[in-house]
Amino acid sequence: MSKGKSEAQVVLRLDNITKRFGNLTANDAISFDLRHGEVIALLGENGAGKTTLMNILFGHYTADEGRVEVFGQTLPPGNPRAALAAGVGMVHQHFTLADNMSVLENIVLGTAPLWRAGFGRAAARKRILALVQDYGLFVDPDAQVGTLSVGERQRVEILKALYRDARILILDEPTAVLTPQEADDLFATMRKAVALGLSVIFISHKLHEVTAISSRVVVLRHGKLVAQAQTAETDRHALAQMMVGAEVAAPQVRSANPGKVLVELAQVSTPNIGNVPGLGAVNLQLRAGQITGLAGVSGNGQAALADLIGGLIAPTSGALHIKGAAPQSWTPRAALAAGIARIPEDRHKTGTIADFDLTENAVLELYTKPPFSRRGWMNWGAARDFADKVIAGYDVRCPGPDTRIRLLSGGNMQKLILGRVLEVSPDVVLANQPVRGLDIGALTYVHEQLLAARDRGAAVLLISEDLDEITTLSDVIHVISEGRLSPGFARGALSTAELGVWMAGHGFEGQDGHAA
Amino acid sequence: MRLEPVNNPSWVRMLGLPAVAILSTIIAASLLAMIAGANPFSVLGLIIKGAFGSKFATLETLNRATPLIFTGLAVAVAFKAKLWNIGAEAQLYVGAVVTVVLGTGALAWPSAVLLPTMAVATMLAGAVVLLVPTFLKTRFGVDEVVTTLLLNFVVLLWVSMLLEGALKDPMGLGWPKSARLIAEARLPRMVDGLRLHWGFGLALISAVVVWLIQRRTTLGYEMRAVGLNAGAARFAGIPVNAVLIKTALLSGGLAALAGFSEVAGLKGSLTLDISPGFGYTGIIVAMLALLNPLGVVVAALFVAGIFVGADSMSRAAGVPTYLADIMLALALLMMVLAIMLTRFKVRWR
Repeated sequence: MSKGKSEAQVVLRLDNITKRFGNLTANDAISFDLRHGEVIALLGENGAGKTTLMNILFGHYTADEGRVEVFGQTLPPGNPRAALAAGVGMVHQHFTLADNMSVLENIVLGTAPLWRAGFGRAAARKRILALVQDYGLFVDPDAQVGTLSVGERQRVEILKALYRDARILILDEPTAVLTPQEADDLFATMRKAVALGLSVIFISHKLHEVTAISSRVVVLRHGKLVAQAQTAETDRHALAQMMVGAEVAAPQVRSANPGKVLVELAQVSTPNIGNVPGLGAVNLQLRAGQITGLAGVSGNGQAALADLIGGLIAPTSGALHIKGAAPQSWTPRAALAAGIARIPEDRHKTGTIADFDLTENAVLELYTKPPFSRRGWMNWGAARDFADKVIAGYDVRCPGPDTRIRLLSGGNMQKLILGRVLEVSPDVVLANQPVRGLDIGALTYVHEQLLAARDRGAAVLLISEDLDEITTLSDVIHVISEGRLSPGFARGALSTAELGVWMAGHGFEGQDGHAA
Repeated sequence: MRLEPVNNPSWVRMLGLPAVAILSTIIAASLLAMIAGANPFSVLGLIIKGAFGSKFATLETLNRATPLIFTGLAVAVAFKAKLWNIGAEAQLYVGAVVTVVLGTGALAWPSAVLLPTMAVATMLAGAVVLLVPTFLKTRFGVDEVVTTLLLNFVVLLWVSMLLEGALKDPMGLGWPKSARLIAEARLPRMVDGLRLHWGFGLALISAVVVWLIQRRTTLGYEMRAVGLNAGAARFAGIPVNAVLIKTALLSGGLAALAGFSEVAGLKGSLTLDISPGFGYTGIIVAMLALLNPLGVVVAALFVAGIFVGADSMSRAAGVPTYLADIMLALALLMMVLAIMLTRFKVRWR
């Protein structure tokens, strides 16, 4: 027991894991070790094989070759129960919680026998409260899960794993759904977990998170393990290069050439949606040839602003002017007719129809117009040609236009949406979280396209919770907080810290609050 | 036991599994027949013979399939847009009432004018019946499953009232039965001397028309989009409520044609038992057809065949007729299972 102090104990060993899906080798002879008290960042583009690898480790898939060893014991393949029993806990990207049950019930669910009255609620509560304290996972055990924020739900998922005595935590892109503050809280939890002797595998795209939290980095590319490095001995640039396998260029931001005001909001208010504030007497101008960035913490009225400009809601008071004129009626079709291209926040739920093929998804906003339809009859030939054009022009990687879009990766789905809206040369581009969850390759591509649209003379509104993204791309930045909008700041006028002050809700004094 | 999604099911999977489903239905039904005291190996033969074994049997099956094609199409159209129309029965009866009102002498026109007028009026009436629940759904969010289902009973009682009052045949010896349609209002036979009326032809044409609408028109595209993801459809600018209203018009009209076809084609007058649940069986037909309009024709023939065949089988083998209902229920369950298994692989552990 006393030996090997210098070299921490190996808690998890992946040995030569290979997994094929048809012709595709998703994992090609991957081997690495996770040591006691270590955070490994698993890095790679979408489709690099990270999630497949973790699913094999957790027993959701069976590997074609290779084996998984946990604390020196080989795990039986394809058996999540055995993985759980061995102390592996996994937090998926998409949560698996019952909304209509309390936090405590969700955590205990599946650990107690099915047919027994009561499950020792008091003992369970005591244990959960201890875990909450030890790991800083603050959440009320009696709260209904349906009422929790995304960040809180994630904490419940982690508590679930810890309650089952997980010694190895696997977090699959945990920060994709979090605000920067929540992500910081998560990192604090991860540090505590490591201090308490757990080991963590952390899957991410975001390089600054990887360098901030991990002790070691494992990079996957096209199913192969291409690099392993101590985080301290590498940097973001080198990691990015390893991930994509080529030199990545930061987008070249040429100076803007602002033109006419295309969209103008004057004292516009919208209703609140539940707890999420609507807009309160907002003034905003979107100019041609300029990217306007909207910074802010999630849930401060970004959705209302996006819905307003996208035509989904109309102002309750104030004036909306498109190219100088007030629209008669304001609907998605009116917005499209006014030349507004909309990239929605959620490409799975609102951007695409999962069971429609690429052709059907490509013409979703265009099908009423010739050549896609005439007098109510669809012209599928023209629709297919359009889909082919988008697929070729925007590098959508897919088997063909007849593929159901459900089968595409997030990045390729986003490229199809991008192509669909940009192919018609819009005057205004509304990009709501356009790169959320995308890998570096796709992310760079989306940003280049937005810049190209700007340089072509479009007014771009970029909404993002990633402040780096906003400051890199935007010519003018507004900050949104509780439905109020700051004045526009020119590129570089404010430091990140100063923007943070506005994001925290200071500086709006003297403005009208939200019209009650 | 675990389920794994199959993303691109092979043709073997997509055709083989339904075949297995039908086969297991037959085996299970044979076992039931055995329990009822019949020779299990003769049951299937007797059913097929009873359904398609003679010219008479085949025509009987086609006649029985006709209203099922209409109600099946009505349900398939609505379900495709996730408009849960459980009220095809009500729409059918309202269609039948309109047929009787217009066809018993109120309009003394030649057939070539009268029949199309009746068909259109029938469709409009059925459309209105479904429009009410649909409007309540789009305007106030009232669950249309409940409203369409309950309307079935409302309409049935209303028809009963009419048959005891306004529409009662004065020459009917007191039976709750309407007067007979005039000759010009009767759907002619498709082939001279064969007992098959043009309602069947109209049903086949309707199936093709519905298929064309769904695949080739903007309305069909909108209906499918709304059904698969109403949120994305709304975002893309598709007027979701308007599409649901149009879907309701089409669905209600199709169901009402079943009533038109039964009265003007087969029965010649209206009684309260004109539909032995065609509206509800239409749901089974539509589900068996996976909501495909052309599949509805096949499924309706299958279901009608079982009904007609089981009738004749029960007489020949001396088992109860409700074996037909059990077979249908089994067929539906097996088919639902088969559909799930085309999308998911089962792994035992």
